[in-house]
Formats: sequence, C-alpha cells, structure tokens
Amino acid sequence: MMSTATETIEGLVQRDYKYGFYTDVEADSAPPGLNEDIIRLISAKKQEPSFMLEWRLKAYRHWLTMKEPDWPHVHYPPIDYQKAVYYSAPKRRGEGPRSLEDVDPKLLETYEKLGIPLKERERLAGVAVDAVFDSVSVGTTFKDKLAERGIVFCSFTEAVQQHPDLVKNYLGMVVPYTDNFFAALNSAVFTDGSFCFIPKGVRCPMELSTYFRINAANTGQFERTLIVAEQGASVSYLEGCTAPMRDEHQLHAAVVELIALDNAQIKYSTVQNWYPGDEQGRGGIYNFVTKRGLCKGRNSKISWTQVETGSAITWKYPSCILLGDNSIGEFYSVAVTNHYQQADTGTKMLHVGKNTRSTIVSKGIAAGHGQNSYRGLVKVQKSAVNARNFSQCDSLLLGDKCGAHTFPYIEVKNTTGRVEHEASTSKIGEDQIFYCNQRGLSTQDAVNMIVNGFCKEVFRELPMEFAVEAQKLLGVSLEGSVG
Amino acid sequence: MRDQHTDSMKQPILEITDLNAGVEGKPILKGINLAIYPGEVHALMGPNGSGKSTLAAVLAGREGYEVASGRVLYDGQDLLELDPEERARCGLFLAFQYPVEIPGVNSTYFLKAALNEIRKHKGQAELDAIEFLELVKQRMELLELGEDLLRRSVNEGFSGGEKKRNEIFQMAVLEPRLAILDETDSGLDIDALKIVSKGVNTLRRPDNAQLVITHYQRLLNYIVPDFVHVLAEGRILRTGDRQLALELEDKGYDWLLKEQGAAR
Repeated sequence: MMSTATETIEGLVQRDYKYGFYTDVEADSAPPGLNEDIIRLISAKKQEPSFMLEWRLKAYRHWLTMKEPDWPHVHYPPIDYQKAVYYSAPKRRGEGPRSLEDVDPKLLETYEKLGIPLKERERLAGVAVDAVFDSVSVGTTFKDKLAERGIVFCSFTEAVQQHPDLVKNYLGMVVPYTDNFFAALNSAVFTDGSFCFIPKGVRCPMELSTYFRINAANTGQFERTLIVAEQGASVSYLEGCTAPMRDEHQLHAAVVELIALDNAQIKYSTVQNWYPGDEQGRGGIYNFVTKRGLCKGRNSKISWTQVETGSAITWKYPSCILLGDNSIGEFYSVAVTNHYQQADTGTKMLHVGKNTRSTIVSKGIAAGHGQNSYRGLVKVQKSAVNARNFSQCDSLLLGDKCGAHTFPYIEVKNTTGRVEHEASTSKIGEDQIFYCNQRGLSTQDAVNMIVNGFCKEVFRELPMEFAVEAQKLLGVSLEGSVG
Repeated sequence: MRDQHTDSMKQPILEITDLNAGVEGKPILKGINLAIYPGEVHALMGPNGSGKSTLAAVLAGREGYEVASGRVLYDGQDLLELDPEERARCGLFLAFQYPVEIPGVNSTYFLKAALNEIRKHKGQAELDAIEFLELVKQRMELLELGEDLLRRSVNEGFSGGEKKRNEIFQMAVLEPRLAILDETDSGLDIDALKIVSKGVNTLRRPDNAQLVITHYQRLLNYIVPDFVHVLAEGRILRTGDRQLALELEDKGYDWLLKEQGAAR
C-alpha cells in the first residue's frame, strides 16, 4: 500500500516547551488578594519614597472604578483578582550590599538554564542583562561599565530609591495610571522591572536587555519598564520572557513606557515565550500588556519589534505617539498562535506632529485551534501635516481549525495625510509541502522554511542574536502543527 | 523489449509490476508494467486523462493517490514504502508539470537545503555556501538562467517558461538517479524547449535514467528516447522506439485506441 507520512493537518503533537521547569527557592510572598494594605506592603518592601505609595494608591482607587475590557477577540473565564498573589520574591541570604555575587546560586543556575548567564565570566558579550524573577530584579550585569557613560540601567526598585527625580518626572508620562484597566492594576501593584536612562548625546554601547521569569505558582507578574533617551541619545533594548508549565493560568500585566527626546532613537525588541498552555488549552500565561512610546522630540524615532510565540492569551498593542515633528514610529510583529492560544495584538500610531511617518508590518501565524487577531489604529490628527503611514498585515494559516482576523482602524483628520494599508491571508498549501518533500526536505523543515520566509521582513529588524533565537523558537512553536 | 537492453544483467533502476492505482476510489492506472535500466531514456506518451501524471504522482508519493495493488521496486527496494522525502533523497526527482510557488523562501537557500539533504543521505559532507554557489554557477550556464532567479523566492512570479527551466536547473544541481519529467515541454516556446532539452541531454549518463512524460512528439525531436510507451486508459498499449512517436504524430492517438478496440 501507499505510505505517505503526511498525516492530516489536524495531527497535532505535543509541543515541547523547554523552559517549563520550576526553581525551588524559598520565597517571601504576600498573602493572596488585593487591597490597600497589600499595596502598602509592596511599597514598604521596596522602601519607596512616599510619592510612589501615593501614586500606587491613586492608581488602585481608579482601578476599582474600571471595568475589564471586553472588546478584544479573546475568550477566557473571569479572572478572580483576589486569588492572585501580588508579591513574591526569592528570600535573600543575609543582609549587606546586593551584588550579583550575593545572588542565590539557584537563581543564577535558573538563568543559566534559560541561556542567560549572569556570572561575570560567562556573560553574553555585548548585552547587559537585568534579570527579573517573579516580583524582583535579581541582578543587572555591566552596570558599572554603562555608568561610566552616564547611562543608568538598573531595576525599577533601585531607580526609585536612587534616581527618584527621574522616575517622578517620567513615570506615567506615556501610560498614565488612568489609561486602561490593566495599566491601572499594574500601576497599583507593580513590583519591579527595568529602568534605563540614556543621557544627552550618548549612544548606548551595548544592547540592554531584561529577562523576565515567572516562577512561583499563583503569582501575577506586574513589572514596569521605563526607558528614556535624551536629546540625540540612542539605545537598543531586548526583552525576553519564560515561565514554568502549570495547569493554572497565570496573570502577567506589564507596562512599558518609552520616551525619546529630540533626535533620540529607541529600538525595543521582544521575544515573548511565556508558557502557552498545553495542547488542550490548559494553563498558560494571560498576557495583558500596555506598551507605548512617546516620540516627544523632533526627529525622534521609536521602533517596536515583537515576536510573540507564548502565552495562552495575548492582549498587547505596542504603540507610538508621534508628537515631535518629523518623528518616526515603527511596529514589526510576528505573532504565533498554536493549539488553543489566542492573540489580539497590533499597534496604534498616533500622528500629532508634522511630517511624521509610521510603518506597520504585522505577520500573524495561526495553527491548531489558534486564533490570531491583528488590531491596529492609525490616527492622523489635524495638526499632523504631511503624515505618512504604511501598514501591511499578513496572515498565514496552518490547518483549517484556526482563525486569522484583522481589525484595522484608520482615522485621518488632515487632508495632507497619506495612509496605505495592505493585507493578505494565505495558507501553507499541501502542494507547497509536497514540492519541498519531493526535493528531499521533511515536512517540518518545509513548514519552518515557509514560516521563516513569511516572517523575514520582521526578523531582519531584530538584533542578530535575537533573530537566530526567534527563528528557532518559531520552529519549536509550530512543531507538529502540520502533518 | 527486454532483449534490447544492452546489458540485461544490469538491475533496473525502476521496475513497475502490475500497478493499479487511483484517486478517491476511482481507478486510473490499470496494470502498469515498466522497467527502466541505467542509461536509458523512456518517453511516456498518451492522450489527456490517460494516467500519465497519475503515474508520476504515485512514483513521487503524492498524498491522495492510492495504490490498490502491484509493486514498484526502485534500485531493488520497495519504493511505495518510502515517504516522499525519502524517495527524493534516494535520487528520485520529479520535474513538476506545475511548479509550486513558495513566497518568501529564497531559491538558493531552498536548493542548498535540498542538495544537502540528499548528500547527507548518501553519507557525503554537506556543502557550504561557497562550494554550493560554485556548483550553482556551473549549472546555471547550462540552462541559460539569469542569476536574479536565484535571488528571488522559489518560483514566485516566474513566467511559465522560467518555472520549467528552473525545474531542470534544480535537476541539474541535484543530479538524480531517476528523473521524471512531467510534461516539462507544455507551455514552452521553441527556444525554451531547446534549452530544456539541452539541459536534459547533458545530464544523461550511463548510471542514471529519465522518464519523460509528454503529450506531444515535439519534445522528442530534441530528447531522443530509447523507448516510447503509449499510455491510454490506464494501460501501456504499445511500446516502441522513436518511430512510434512519429507514427503517433502522424495518425493521432485514435489510431492506436481503435486498433486496441478492434483487438478486444
């Protein structure tokens, strides 16, 4: 009989999530639940100045008046916010100055297993890393070297203590605590994150990076990242994330704010690989994230590149407010949903200044029962003379149980604006797979090749090391999704 | 016909015995027998719907084609037991009637991956980018292909003629043991036909073989076959030499079909 190995496209096999391990460390955790006392506890643990506590409490009180958004194209049972733990930190060994050398070896080992060595000798060349474990930053590499150029790169907690004026000045400038439900929640309870400040005229000599790890069970991770590039400064920042495999869903609600002054450039790249849940849709991270950049100065540029492969639910719209004249916003995205993953992701480009330009390239890949939605807003305000936007949204379907959806919104209030939108949906055809097979390539290699080809325009925006990682990750994410 | 083989002691590359196959329960091939020995070029002709492309698809292992009975040996092993990619790695090459476009996948990258899979299978070292490009340059001249084709995505936006030439170019790089050309001549103008034929003839060697599927005699002016088989209604009605092809051109397929009908 004829034997072709190509089974039906529904033949999904278990996907291998290699970051699903758990680190057994003694944790200092708050009891579950959310109230003003918990917020006071977090603020006290962080030894924050009073302005921070007040800000948190205002955010919390505002959050109580808000409703969880129901417009995204995702479905999940109601979240009980009183059940989550809002603070969990690995216990510190003894007192004294905190340096990487004092970090629990178990934690260092965890990051090593994740491919992020923190120890002096093995550090990644050319990349400074801030490692965030559950609610706290466990260490930041190359801090001193960066400080020589006046660059501040540290955990948010440290920034609040040592650079309160900078934090006070910029915190909430782009994403105020009133912005949306999840941003308000984050503002009330955020526990750590990274802070970068690149002073006037300085080009950051290395990639800055934060690696987020959720470890403890039932713990939400709420981190906040704030990056400020002063006049003429530039920085490239990378973000990576993973979590153990668990049957319960875990909440991740982060806020990222970017601020670029005159002639400054910020490039923000994410490879998001939170645990996506198993092939039945059990477990996985709920990822509700607010990311926004403000091109405050003239000729400034903010560029978002994201590769989203993880999370059970992704709700995320990295956006740019193009306030300064001639400023540029970019959004390059690859979002993959396999099994029962759902993603509602895209961007907002708000043109305010003259001659502002924005580019959107979104590549959505859906496999299994995955649902992938692109949601984007391009808004050209009256003041934005000669604004330009180009958007391209492509979807690739693997199999016939998945879905791709596009929700583009365009508002143009100035007649000199020019907005272009292109969209396409394609399927990996069996004829394409067979053609590759007939040339000697396995079905898996063929799918990887086609998917990588589809994502090429986004991958080439990623820094080198990241691009390689992203390609591999995509291969793993789609393993077994076709025949 | 068997006694015409120059060396009858040689093992055939392909040996099809009483092959019955079809699609969705509908029988198309009804008892095919065919042996192809090293160094031979066979032409398979026949009217539309006779089963020519079905035979090519079954040999390459395309999904959806069911073999009801019969045996196909490839270099002595059961071909039908192998996955399509394994058949390809063993040196079975199909030049597609309708080459498939793969947007976003660079032609050079694709072909290098294919060649290295085959080399790995043979236990040979994989070629690096530089060695591969040297090989490619050499083979490109043969097909008079523009270098820009290699920089483009696989078959994407290629004209019909470019796609067919690209198939033969891939064949030139992969150097198959058995090449099946499925109506490679259809849609080619006379210049392209000459180029493709030149490529095929150059690649002909004592240790490989070609099965050329065609509807028209025209291609056989350039690729001279050792054997011509006429396939109709799922059976090989007649086997001859080039003369048979010329006769067919003259009299049409009806002549053979009628004769066959009378014989029944």
